[in-house]
Amino acid sequence: MNAPAYNFAYLDEQTKRMIRRAILKAIAIPGYQVPFASREMPMPYGWGTGGVQVTAAILGPQDVLKVIDQGSDDTTNAISIRKFFGKTAGVATATSTADATVIQTRHRIPEAPLHAGQVLVYQVPIPEPLRFLEPRETETRRMHALAEYGLMHVKLYEDIARFGHIATSYAYPVKVNARYVMDPSPTPKFDNPKMDNCAALQLFGAGREKRIYAIPPHTDVVSLDFKDHPFTRYRFDAPCALCGAGDSYLDEIVTDDKGGRMFVCSDTDYCEARQHAGHRGSESAAPHKERAHG
Amino acid sequence: MYVAVKGGERAIENAHRLLAHERRGDRDVPELSLGQISEQLSLGVDRVMTEGSLYDRELAALAIKQARGDLIEAIFLVRAFRATLPRFGATEPVDTGAMQVRRRISSTFKDIPGGQILGPTFDYTHRLLDPQLAEGFTPEAPASGEAATTATPRVTDILGRDGLIEPSPVADADAPVGDLTREPLNFPADRDLRLQNLARADEGFLLALGYSSQRGYGRNHPFAGEIRFGEVEVEFMAEDAGFAVPLGSIALTECQMVNQFKGSATEAPCFTRGYGLAFGQSERKTMSMALVDRSLRARELGEEVIAPGQDEEFVMSHSDNVQATGFVEHLKLPHYVDFQSELGLLRKLRKEFAEANETPPMREAAE
Repeated sequence: MNAPAYNFAYLDEQTKRMIRRAILKAIAIPGYQVPFASREMPMPYGWGTGGVQVTAAILGPQDVLKVIDQGSDDTTNAISIRKFFGKTAGVATATSTADATVIQTRHRIPEAPLHAGQVLVYQVPIPEPLRFLEPRETETRRMHALAEYGLMHVKLYEDIARFGHIATSYAYPVKVNARYVMDPSPTPKFDNPKMDNCAALQLFGAGREKRIYAIPPHTDVVSLDFKDHPFTRYRFDAPCALCGAGDSYLDEIVTDDKGGRMFVCSDTDYCEARQHAGHRGSESAAPHKERAHG
Repeated sequence: MYVAVKGGERAIENAHRLLAHERRGDRDVPELSLGQISEQLSLGVDRVMTEGSLYDRELAALAIKQARGDLIEAIFLVRAFRATLPRFGATEPVDTGAMQVRRRISSTFKDIPGGQILGPTFDYTHRLLDPQLAEGFTPEAPASGEAATTATPRVTDILGRDGLIEPSPVADADAPVGDLTREPLNFPADRDLRLQNLARADEGFLLALGYSSQRGYGRNHPFAGEIRFGEVEVEFMAEDAGFAVPLGSIALTECQMVNQFKGSATEAPCFTRGYGLAFGQSERKTMSMALVDRSLRARELGEEVIAPGQDEEFVMSHSDNVQATGFVEHLKLPHYVDFQSELGLLRKLRKEFAEANETPPMREAAE
């Protein structure tokens, strides 16, 4: 039987080279979706194969990798991807946002500001911001080429006419470098302003859809809106119950079946760092340890 | 008191241990061998090789065992392994006309050179559960005879001699072979890439699309010109040696559909083709593939594209079961953050709705 043997960070060097070329093109044309020959990865499509391929292509032995899903280092898929690179690349892993050189994320941008030299790798399910307005790739590529984004503005306008607000709360479309309309991946719109003029390189990988796109450091990223309906962030109006933060995006935790709710930071590293620094919320205990099961 | 959810790593490890335990099942029952799967569940192995795009019975059997019999999961395992293999090049085109035929039927002619050869088939079996098979059944040895010495030319070649069917496009030997696993797919796609996509496509998806074309959604009047299953030689052009080196033989099923005419003011009407090819004995797959291949030629043949089966972007973007199952099943992943965002928006909209409806309506000034 053919016993498998795998390269550093799983992908073979030819594939990495192909992905790096796509990444370089993506950086050169901010917000443009570069087609790439996405490989079948040993985890399912839709579970981060695009992000994993981008990470595999840029990872070096000296890198420190952080993986988050829903803002947390401890969600099962984040653990699974972190272990994958721990095993195939042997790189150091971290949960601290500041210490990581490469951060792969699904659905969130860390609360702590990113710094120069860091790379944020987003997992993207549907890279095409126009997809739900126009299902055909041939059409949407043409619309991007002509910067023909009227359809998107009509959609946002119709939301306002129907609901009184733009009814997009995540994957909120942005315009990058005053040219391409881009899908920020399904991050809550709370995170959109963090993409603008960010010091870190932001790379987006969509494995199933075979697209890579990028926002180079210090690039203008503007959330689409109207003068009389400006973009607003949404955040539940409460401090985090564990660390008392008043500026972080919150997860809603259902605590009982009688309507009990509490709100805690979705970014677990941010929350834990604040608790270590002595910040307390209404429900906080000492910083938790992993519970052992037999 | 609330403690943030932790322990995911241990949970994953335990879940995988439990999976391994469930996979083994009752330990008093003997364990399945790869040989048993490969020999006795051979059509499952054929499907995994076909949709996994890797001709290796042993690895396919291993994948089926590892996947607990879930064939899409097994296909995924094979694909993920295949993606790591180096690519040396493309073989010479296989000559299915020279196939060592084990089964070969045509529904367009009563008799054909080389004859109709029924071979191993479920066709004409009565689908009655057979209690004999429950255990310890040794079937009779099959009847055998002298191997035929006559050639078994393809039925479409016989039609082709009279020009009754469009010629099969001749491949340019120097043109690179398209490969959608190595180059991103762009639309419109050429037929080589379409056929590659269909060969890897989910059998059930193609079956439904082919069926829909038969029921009138982009009907193309098919006849099963020929279905053949058997062994073909695979040869690889070795540049160093300067000649094609035989690599061995593989089992293939080929289906050639003969479809409705085309013709124009300048061209005499003739039958058109739909083509299906798969590893092993995969008749349902190759017949469905041939129907959909013909449907997807609508643009090329100047037919109106009105049905899903004729729509290249629709078919090719959704035919891959590894992609489809990944994306459907990714809904199991946490979506707390997006959901929270939607909850926030919905609560706000509902509050505004309630407020708007609480405002007492203006009374009419006069009764």
